[in-house]
Amino acid sequence: MTIASRTQLTLPEGGRPVRHGAPPTTLGGIAVRTPFWVFSGGLAVIFLFPLVWTAVASVSPLAGTGQVKGWGFGNYTTLAHYQAGIWQYLANSTFMSLLTVVLTLTVSTLGGYAFARFRFPGKNLLFMLTLAILMVPYATVLIPLYVLLNKVGLQNSLVGVSLVLTMFQLPFSTFMMRISFESVPRELDEAALVDGCSSFMALRRVLLPAVTPGLITVGLFAFLAAWNDFFAPLILINDSDRMTLPLAVSNLRVQVQGVIDYGATEAGVVVLALPCILLFLLLQRHYVRGFMSGALKG
Amino acid sequence: MSAQPATVPQLPRVRDQRPARRRLRRSTRGWAYAWPTALFVLLLFVLPLGLVLRMSASKWPLLSGDQGINFPDNYRKAVSNRFFAESITFTLKYTVLATVLLIALGLGLALLVQESSRWKGLLRASFLVPSALGLASASLLFYVLYSPLAGPFAPTMRRFGLTFLGSPDAALFSTLFLIVWRYAGFYMLLMLVGLQSIPTELYEAARVDGAGRWDTFRRITLPLLRPTLALTTILCVTGSLLAFEQFYILTKGGPDNSTITVVQLIYSMAFQGQNDLGVAGSLSVIVLLALVVVNVVQLRAFRTSDES
Repeated sequence: MTIASRTQLTLPEGGRPVRHGAPPTTLGGIAVRTPFWVFSGGLAVIFLFPLVWTAVASVSPLAGTGQVKGWGFGNYTTLAHYQAGIWQYLANSTFMSLLTVVLTLTVSTLGGYAFARFRFPGKNLLFMLTLAILMVPYATVLIPLYVLLNKVGLQNSLVGVSLVLTMFQLPFSTFMMRISFESVPRELDEAALVDGCSSFMALRRVLLPAVTPGLITVGLFAFLAAWNDFFAPLILINDSDRMTLPLAVSNLRVQVQGVIDYGATEAGVVVLALPCILLFLLLQRHYVRGFMSGALKG
Repeated sequence: MSAQPATVPQLPRVRDQRPARRRLRRSTRGWAYAWPTALFVLLLFVLPLGLVLRMSASKWPLLSGDQGINFPDNYRKAVSNRFFAESITFTLKYTVLATVLLIALGLGLALLVQESSRWKGLLRASFLVPSALGLASASLLFYVLYSPLAGPFAPTMRRFGLTFLGSPDAALFSTLFLIVWRYAGFYMLLMLVGLQSIPTELYEAARVDGAGRWDTFRRITLPLLRPTLALTTILCVTGSLLAFEQFYILTKGGPDNSTITVVQLIYSMAFQGQNDLGVAGSLSVIVLLALVVVNVVQLRAFRTSDES
């Protein structure tokens, strides 16, 4: 009940006011609506089943896994002791994701402010170039980046991965911050400038509080993208101590002599998915806003 | 975009009132905030693009680095690779199927949950939850789900000799199911945003005129949804043409190399076995050009059908 009403509150953008008016809750109304309930409920079950099944299977017994008899956390123990240990991979993923979030927020806030409030030579070219990142295949940029990062000593480095992922986040985040700043009335920061604030003070004191929702959306998307990214660390990280969680879990499938540890994989998927699902449920509204801006672009 | 001089507030210092100086200050201040973006774009995007062009025209083994220009050897090798044509055919087939499925299902789900009610809010959330997962996590999840040993369908699979990943067609459709599961909510959300921009009065007018549901959908919803359909199609085609994780993790290109995508070919050319960055670079350039062409054609198509 609480979840249901929360969902409705947090997703108002997607809905349209009821046009036809719901059938009254008479016996006839229920009879008319039952096929719809069964059908849509069935669809929801299809979407939720894989997640629920994995969570349950990760603690249930299966031959050839860390949990052979009875229910328990044997698979998580296997996961905890895999190579450098799950804590190392969690720490790597967390560090890399948070660094990406901080870099993305910093660069796109400053950039969005510049694009929304100033006129400078090369402005449109820079904006078009930033959006062009969307058009270029991941692999096309990552192979030369592998060579370039090697040259500057950032090979095999989580900082290098963060820098690359920040660049891939820039089209969305710069666009998002630009429209966030543009939707703030100009009088607000002009008043601050009249009062003798520098443009940076105006940004920090007056504009940042006004664009907080945009910042949350950008930060959320940057975190989800970095936490889940597979291709960039796959190419840029060789050392098993520096691997991120998705890479580690994907490698852990094949442990001894080609035997696949399904139990530990399930546990790994749960550890990978849990933060994303929690963040999604907490920040649904901001998640949806990201899509709204995407649609404005089209 | 930026303020006209007339709306610029009186700054405290009189010297700043001179237009030329003020314009200079304005542009330096603009760059003072834009330089980090410029730095990222130049060093991590423009420079690598330049390098990949040079790579594609040079002998460039992974370990020993640049060995000098050999244009057009890499391109010749790339095109004559035994998986080149196969991977393109497979990628195109996958792209068409994934796009048709995701656009149709995204629109269908959006129409299903369009009005707001508690039940529909719940439905929307459950369709959306998978899109919070990473593609790699989702692929790992389905790898276990499809397993003949550990999956929930294992007993059924054993009894009837079914397989999810054993034959080329089964592997393709199992992957498509994974992609639909992971992305349908995402496309539903984009469709919902598009549906919202259609004025309610139009539907009311249609109802007054006695139009049926199908007529309303065909005559009002579809035409007015065209910008959204264009955006989602372009997104989906681009994403599918560059598919990698789902096949790398779920099918590993098998069975019998039947599910190798173009990006997988680039990856294995660069980092597995041949370790040839030159050929991988020329493949990347070919993919980049193809993608630009595909997107230009799509934009044109959507624009001309807009005018007609």
